[in-house]
Amino acid sequence: MTELAIDVRGLTKRFGKKIAVDGVDIQVPRGEVWGFLGPNGSGKTTTIRMLCGLLKPDAGTGTCLGYDVITEADRIKREVGYMTQKFSFWEDLSIRENLEFVARVYEIEDRKARVAATLERLGLTARQEQLAGQLSGGWKQRLALAACMLHAPKLLLLDEPTAGVDPQARREFWEEIHRLSEEGLTVLVSTHYMDEAERCDRIVYISAGKIVTRGSVADVIRESRLVTFLISGPDVRRFLSRLEDKPGVEHVAFFGAKLHVSGRDRAALEQTLMPFRNDPDFQIEEAEPSLEDVFIHLQNPNGKADTLPMVNA
Amino acid sequence: MRNGFSFRRMGAILIKEFVQMRRDRFTFSIMVMVPVMQLILFGFAINTDPKALPTAVHVADNGVYARSILAALKNSNYFDIRAEAATPEDGTQMLDEGDISFLVTIPANFTRDLVRGDSPQLLIEADATDPVAAANALAAVTALGTQALRDDLVGPLASRATKPAFTTVVHRLYNPEGITQYNIVPGLIGVILTMTMVMVTAMAMTRERERGTLENLLAMPSHPLEVMLGKIIPYVLVGYIQVTLVLLGARFIFDVPMVGSLVLLIGAIGVFIAANLALGFLFSTVAKTQLQAMQMTVFFLLPSILLSGFMFPFRGMPTWAQWLGEILPNTHFLRVVRGILLKGNGPADIWANIWPLFVFLLVIGTLAMLRYRRTLD
Repeated sequence: MTELAIDVRGLTKRFGKKIAVDGVDIQVPRGEVWGFLGPNGSGKTTTIRMLCGLLKPDAGTGTCLGYDVITEADRIKREVGYMTQKFSFWEDLSIRENLEFVARVYEIEDRKARVAATLERLGLTARQEQLAGQLSGGWKQRLALAACMLHAPKLLLLDEPTAGVDPQARREFWEEIHRLSEEGLTVLVSTHYMDEAERCDRIVYISAGKIVTRGSVADVIRESRLVTFLISGPDVRRFLSRLEDKPGVEHVAFFGAKLHVSGRDRAALEQTLMPFRNDPDFQIEEAEPSLEDVFIHLQNPNGKADTLPMVNA
Repeated sequence: MRNGFSFRRMGAILIKEFVQMRRDRFTFSIMVMVPVMQLILFGFAINTDPKALPTAVHVADNGVYARSILAALKNSNYFDIRAEAATPEDGTQMLDEGDISFLVTIPANFTRDLVRGDSPQLLIEADATDPVAAANALAAVTALGTQALRDDLVGPLASRATKPAFTTVVHRLYNPEGITQYNIVPGLIGVILTMTMVMVTAMAMTRERERGTLENLLAMPSHPLEVMLGKIIPYVLVGYIQVTLVLLGARFIFDVPMVGSLVLLIGAIGVFIAANLALGFLFSTVAKTQLQAMQMTVFFLLPSILLSGFMFPFRGMPTWAQWLGEILPNTHFLRVVRGILLKGNGPADIWANIWPLFVFLLVIGTLAMLRYRRTLD
């Protein structure tokens, strides 16, 4: 048994002429929770699908739980729990029927007991007869998690498991992930939520099929060499257009009521902000860049960030 | 005009529909191909007045008139004399197996009796399982009585030509009253099974893809054969329920004779159902949506109705259409089901139409398994 749950190098996948994943290396030690981040279409789903044998890599080698990702997909499937991005259980089956089906496919011995225990663990017992199609987003996600844990996998691959789920359900979901992690499970979870990324032992950031950065949250922030100033005040929204395209400003974005102005060139940035320092209507303070600042920066490495109405979750 | 009818808004919808139509190449090509192909296929292939039907003769008389009658049969264009039956039993066997549609027997002493003016009998036994197919040929035969020997009966025998010199006795075998339902109702088993079995399997797999559950299924440790059999077996049961209903209706509503072994029929139906399910599974590996699966089913169903001998006489079609028909499982199955129910065919009789079903099953099943992807590639 290797110490790494996932150990792949140079994983590459093409769809026609488009390279979806380009030489990705990931090494995840057993028992850790890793976050997989990156913009839409950056190759997260494709990478996860290659890890669990759903797609055949065009190049690259490696192992998942010690099994070869190319030749031993069957062994991997038995020991990996994969939660798809889109809900993929049978909507015309009840929660219990879905779980019993999964249990049968994995040839689980004490099926009834295992299904009952899993229902109990995820608080699904009271709703077990409900059809999956009638569940709300949060309950669907619980069912999906229950189903992919049922066969006691050693590795969980979760593809944006909390997309479209309310904050309470998300918190409970993550509490469950950490419980599982304490029990020794390895988890690779893709997400767009910064708070979720911060809950991970390590994060990997992928963009246009290539890994851009990786490490702990603190490492990633430090390595970005980003300087961020927070501007607040009653009329701060006017600032946005006045700061764009100014020297040193690589991106400007609102986080709640505050404007984050970031760039790597501290001197230029301070120079740009100087004229506003004396305006009593605004407060300008330097702050540690948030992970989101770093990600906006990574998504737009050479230019201005889109000023999307981001909400700091 | 703001809240009234707006041509611009209608135009917007119109443009959107055209763009979407152009994107959905599959539907578009089906819409174009269906009329073109079917016009060619069925326009030329369907013929309700089949000619050159395979015929065997059993001639027990060597006289000159026997030969004249055979020549007249040929000249009618309805009969294609392919074989000579050494004994009447041989001829019956050929009819049972469906190799021939007619058996013409010229009895011993035919010429002698005719010269004597005893009006001998010319026996024509017809496979009347499909009464329509046999009708025109049999009508032509009755006209033979006065015309066939006109050139032979000259001189002292000329008086024999004024009234029919011989009597034509027609035996409509298997369906003596020429009841169309006897042919159609058993045939319905084939058509219904073709339609539902192909469609239901094609849709069942495509539904998994359309709803995204296929990804889940593939992520689990399941072998393609397990998936295929697991998906197909429930529909085999559904197929048998359909068969039971049709057979009950055939027996108690339409009084269709059931001469042969029901056990043999059930076995043959099993092969036929399997062949159709394999095809449905193959369709499901090609179709991307349930709608496409449906379209492919219809595309296959039409020839299965029109070229299989269900609606129109198989032997009336040109050779190329018959070849096409021979590929369709329904063609063979119709012969089997009619053979068992109406003719009392045994295993040896139906084998000629059972092995093509096995070949179809093997070829299509293999293709389906090869095409079934275990990954999402």
